[in-house]
Amino acid sequence: MIEMNAVNKWYGKNFQVLKDCSLKVAKGEVIVVCGPSGSGKSTLIKTVNGLEPINSGDITVDGVSITAKKTNLDKMRSSIGMVFQNFELFPHMNVTDNIKIGQLKVLGRSDEAASEKAAELLERVDLTEHAQKYPSQLSGGQQQRVAIARGLAMEPKAMLFDEPTSALDPEMINEVLDVMVSLAGEGMTMMVVTHEMGFARKVADRVVFMDFGEIVEDAKSDDFFGSPRSARAQEFLSKILNH
Amino acid sequence: MNYNWDWGILFRDPYAGWILDGLGWTLVISLLAWVIAFTLGSILGVFRTTSSPVLRAIGTCYVELFRNIPILVQLFLWYFVFPELLPDDWGRWVKRDMPAPALTTAIVALGLYTASRVCEQVRSGIEAVGVGQRQAGRAIGMTEPQVYRYILLPNAYRIIIPPLTSEFLTIFKQSSLALTIGVVELTAMTRQIEEYTFQGFEAFTAATIVYSLVTFTVMMLMRILDKRTALPGTFSHGAT
Repeated sequence: MIEMNAVNKWYGKNFQVLKDCSLKVAKGEVIVVCGPSGSGKSTLIKTVNGLEPINSGDITVDGVSITAKKTNLDKMRSSIGMVFQNFELFPHMNVTDNIKIGQLKVLGRSDEAASEKAAELLERVDLTEHAQKYPSQLSGGQQQRVAIARGLAMEPKAMLFDEPTSALDPEMINEVLDVMVSLAGEGMTMMVVTHEMGFARKVADRVVFMDFGEIVEDAKSDDFFGSPRSARAQEFLSKILNH
Repeated sequence: MNYNWDWGILFRDPYAGWILDGLGWTLVISLLAWVIAFTLGSILGVFRTTSSPVLRAIGTCYVELFRNIPILVQLFLWYFVFPELLPDDWGRWVKRDMPAPALTTAIVALGLYTASRVCEQVRSGIEAVGVGQRQAGRAIGMTEPQVYRYILLPNAYRIIIPPLTSEFLTIFKQSSLALTIGVVELTAMTRQIEEYTFQGFEAFTAATIVYSLVTFTVMMLMRILDKRTALPGTFSHGAT
């Protein structure tokens, strides 16, 4: 579904954020990307839908190259859902309109169809009673669930999650993870940047460990947590699994 | 001081009418110049934040040029110099044959100058909305124009209502500069009353009050607009 080949990206001339990154995410697979901060995880995931341009290499999603000139990037993005660390709901629209706007303006659905879809998704993320509220009136966990619903409304082939729980208070993390776990259970292809190792262990098919812009390790999640091969991944795990 | 106060002059024919006429022209200049400034400024503000280097450069050049020359100098340049640079026929048209040459020049000059300032406010508003919102819009497949139309601008305008209010008040007050190229707006009318009656104190007091009433009304209207457009769960800017 998602394939990255020797992706390189520089910020300016001297700082290389991504070094020869290659990875594959098969249809229905859940991949967790982890690593220390500044290792390039967020940048990596944002290259998948072209939010971050790359300098060399190639990325294809469902067989379509995002670097090819003739690719319609906007159309491509509409088929890949993305959830951000800071939710990024549109503050001037209520919850329902947040979920409808892409359907109306990008997919060209009718208002009725879009409303129906929004209601269905709100029920799914358990926020039906908040349908008319504005983002600022919701808790972080609720906002992030709306953001997931907004992504799902486009009926994406894959979902990208960029640290979806990092900005949340601890007691709200689970309500978001629950939605993600159930999505994974339904066979959604997912690429998730996260520090939630419990989620990775439970749901991920593979774990990708990044450090200094490189993919250091790409292993089945049991293997990764059981006996990571690289010293850097061992060190990282020992730091975050200690408590 | 030996001065014959005569407040009645303000209500006497023809002076009362002059003040109202002056106010009328002042409003015409300010409102039309504002239409130019707001429209052009918004377009340029968008230019300065787009992904296109060419559009960004156009926006930057405009701002640097128009913001850095005093408005009075710009007014003179448009009125006295610009027509001379045109081919003869066109120059004559601008100087003489177009409808109300002085008034039109004042409106355009003030509008173009203020556009550079509105541009900067729109740009800062868009930047304040943030990269994340832009990415969120793109991520659901919106084109760049759609992101501006549906996400960035509605939020940016809300943020910049207070500075835009000041900008309109500035344009309103700067419209008095139009008298330097012969437009008989409020300040010019006031001077005319002084010249006819020697009652300068009364005339300028009246002008002061009229200017203040208008700015006060504008402030009130903008405060209402600010409250009306405020999002639930957030605070509008104006103190209650």
